[in-house]
Amino acid sequence: MNIGVVVFPGSNCDHDCRHVFRDVLGQDVTMVWHKEPSLAGLDAVILPGGFSYGDYLRAGAIARFSLVMQAVKQFASNGGLVLGICNGFQILLEAGLLPGAMLRNRSLHFICRETYVKVENAATPFTNVCRSGQVLKIPIAHADGNYYTDPVTLAGLQANAQVVFRYCMADGKVTPEACPNGSLDNIAGIRNAEGNVLGMMPHPERSAEAILGNEDGRAIFQSMIQSLERKKLAGVR
Amino acid sequence: MKAKIHVTLKQGILDPQGKAIEHALDSLGFNNAANVRVGKYMELDLQETDKAKAEVEVKSMCEKLLANTIIEEYRFEIG
Repeated sequence: MNIGVVVFPGSNCDHDCRHVFRDVLGQDVTMVWHKEPSLAGLDAVILPGGFSYGDYLRAGAIARFSLVMQAVKQFASNGGLVLGICNGFQILLEAGLLPGAMLRNRSLHFICRETYVKVENAATPFTNVCRSGQVLKIPIAHADGNYYTDPVTLAGLQANAQVVFRYCMADGKVTPEACPNGSLDNIAGIRNAEGNVLGMMPHPERSAEAILGNEDGRAIFQSMIQSLERKKLAGVR
Repeated sequence: MKAKIHVTLKQGILDPQGKAIEHALDSLGFNNAANVRVGKYMELDLQETDKAKAEVEVKSMCEKLLANTIIEEYRFEIG
């Protein structure tokens, strides 16, 4: 597979994503500069973490207008897999590819630590190697991860199984204490209605190999690869 | 013309910075202060002499970029 990793000025997890896809999982990776108008030839696109455009105004607010985002929108509307991690999630929200917005963390602190997330929907191209209800340990690192949306949109997300990850305790219990940032309904990751765009605050690329002491995050990338391989096989037949 | 734009979190949305400031004011003895809201202030010069047109343009700027209307509200003066 050829995975595109978008690089905005201020992205800082782009190389980590490349490392996981290329060196850990043996895929081809193309780094895509934010001025690139086309994503032709790519099988999936990652919007990595970082501080695109310095997070000026609001996290993701300026990145959404970069040239590459027009291509990302087109790619997503054609059914391409798009994964936004942390700042990438914030950009997807600002771009309207996912519903809702991020508020400052309830504690006002930048929080960088391991969290547990429960896989609420294992039937997505980003979670299909997981079991439904499986608990993954994946770290977060953000100041603006307090997910907010209006009650009607939230009800829609819940009804359509668009809430893919929720912060939980190590045993899988979803409790207020398990939520690090004040996020509505403990939301750590959501997908769009069509299911091909996922945004998540935790960083799976920081927890994808044994040498880092945590391999749980690899499941996200393995799921994407498996889903793309199935799609290619189906296309051949 | 100059536009002066204020962006704040909508009423009803928790403003953790506002809350922290409110607690700080309280601990300084300013017990009368309540509902502190923190926001952004922006000003800009517009190459426009027609006030009505300027208002339309600034409103569009707020809707598209300066405010995220899911969580924020805005107001502006033009003069």
